[in-house]
Amino acid sequence: MLELKHIEKYYNAGTVNEMCLFQDFNLTINDHQFVSVVGSNGSGKTSMLNLICGSIPLDEGRILMNGKDITKLPEHKRLRSIGRVYQNPAMGTCPHMTILENMALADNKGKAFNLLPGTNRQRIDYYRESLKTLGLGLEDKMEVKVGVLSGGQRQAMALLMSTMTPIEFLILDEHTAALDPKTAETIMELTDKIVREKKLTTIMVTHNLRYAVDYGNRLLMMHQGTIVIDKADEEKDAVQIDEILKKFNEISIECGN
Amino acid sequence: MITTIIGVLEEGLVYAIMALGVYITYSILDFPDLSVDSTFPLGAAVTAVAIIAGVPPVLTLPLTFLAGAAAGCATGLIHVKLKVRDLLSGIIVMTALYSINLRIAGRANLPIFSQKTIFDGDFAAMLPEALSPYAVPIILFILVVICKIVLDLYLKTKSGYLLRAAGDNEVLVTSLAKDKGSVKILGLAIANGFAALAGCVYCQQKGFFEISTGTGTMVIGLANVIIGTQLFKRVSFMKATTAVIIGSIIYKACVSIALSLGAIHIGRVTISLPITASDLKLATSVLFLIILVLGNRKGKKGKLHA
Repeated sequence: MLELKHIEKYYNAGTVNEMCLFQDFNLTINDHQFVSVVGSNGSGKTSMLNLICGSIPLDEGRILMNGKDITKLPEHKRLRSIGRVYQNPAMGTCPHMTILENMALADNKGKAFNLLPGTNRQRIDYYRESLKTLGLGLEDKMEVKVGVLSGGQRQAMALLMSTMTPIEFLILDEHTAALDPKTAETIMELTDKIVREKKLTTIMVTHNLRYAVDYGNRLLMMHQGTIVIDKADEEKDAVQIDEILKKFNEISIECGN
Repeated sequence: MITTIIGVLEEGLVYAIMALGVYITYSILDFPDLSVDSTFPLGAAVTAVAIIAGVPPVLTLPLTFLAGAAAGCATGLIHVKLKVRDLLSGIIVMTALYSINLRIAGRANLPIFSQKTIFDGDFAAMLPEALSPYAVPIILFILVVICKIVLDLYLKTKSGYLLRAAGDNEVLVTSLAKDKGSVKILGLAIANGFAALAGCVYCQQKGFFEISTGTGTMVIGLANVIIGTQLFKRVSFMKATTAVIIGSIIYKACVSIALSLGAIHIGRVTISLPITASDLKLATSVLFLIILVLGNRKGKKGKLHA
């Protein structure tokens, strides 16, 4: 369970450009929920993810993970139980290392990075099998550097790598936004499959309203640091894309767009 | 001629050890580390003092590596914990070490000519008679190869993987639940360990410690790394570490040729250039600049083709 309690976040605090994004922001995400988050630019979606992961500091409030206060925990320690996939496919892999080396790196998350061989030969078959599930033919290119792969292939690998070791939470930050529609579709299906198989509690920020409606069991719409739509389970199943779009338009008009 | 070639080979091999360190910071970590300019003479100072104090010459090798690693840690800690910019952290340590090196050695110039070094120990005595004039380059070569193999092996360990990942994609290191700062500190420690080790070997080969030997180390190291990696970019079977070592020797050869250009003969015309040994550092940086510019050209061409 993930709880955000009375979160306050200011940007440029103490200057004329001071901007308050979150004021008394509260959100509770239960175990095994798959939350889709939509909202216009600047609504605070990515900031929320960054606050959860500890990439940016918060000004007030507390963040609890399974009841434990993680507000003061540095980013890398929080990410021990969180997998994160970014919008930019390059963020989730090492371009100058081979596919095999990348897989071996991901496989060692949470363990010591000591002087043992970087690639455990006995795990290669396992890597090959998991790459096969992507259906991209990467299992035959294990010695190829990741830098030469396409964005879609890299993102598929990033997804695989971030969920390889036991984690509880998966954070997806517009992870299909930089991909072509066909690849985006593939990655989305893969995401759904992994989330179901590993029973991950997931937060997915997306600009694709259809994905938000089709996938997951909870839908949030954010606007200027507040949640304007929050529908879960049966309520969420009943949501139509038109309804979301209408609300989205209302918000945009309010902003003068 | 032979003496010149051997001289080039010897200097190239000594600087190759340091270049392996610069390869870690510059190519792997993408960290412009200026502290090598002072960890190189740090190695020399520690060696000179240790040898005079009667420490067996072989022991000075691990000893200086540790001293350099400690200095590298200092650069890393200043950068990571005190959030000082990478270039400035190196400059701070470089400046501070100048005084520390003087304190270690006690003065700016400390000769060890009459002392036993790694070059005239038991190993040199084991060499066959015919090879004994070449004992210095042979021992240097063996040392460099050992350093290269150890570094290659390290880069294949889990820790080595993480170090490479830190230079490639910092975000991923954080995603792997590791502190990218500590990985950087570790990389800087290893790199400066190599720089100090090179200083140690340099001191034993030349027979003295001299405070100013470190000036320009960074430039030489970078030149070696860039020549090596650019020249052998397309040779896929060659490891980057090997390329760096060959790059070091090529660079020393270039500097040596540049300094020998006292008189250039073009047809019947002889142009006399007033180049002397004191122009060494000038030649070093001009050559480095040429290499940088040529390297950039190549990069642009590659992009046009892509």
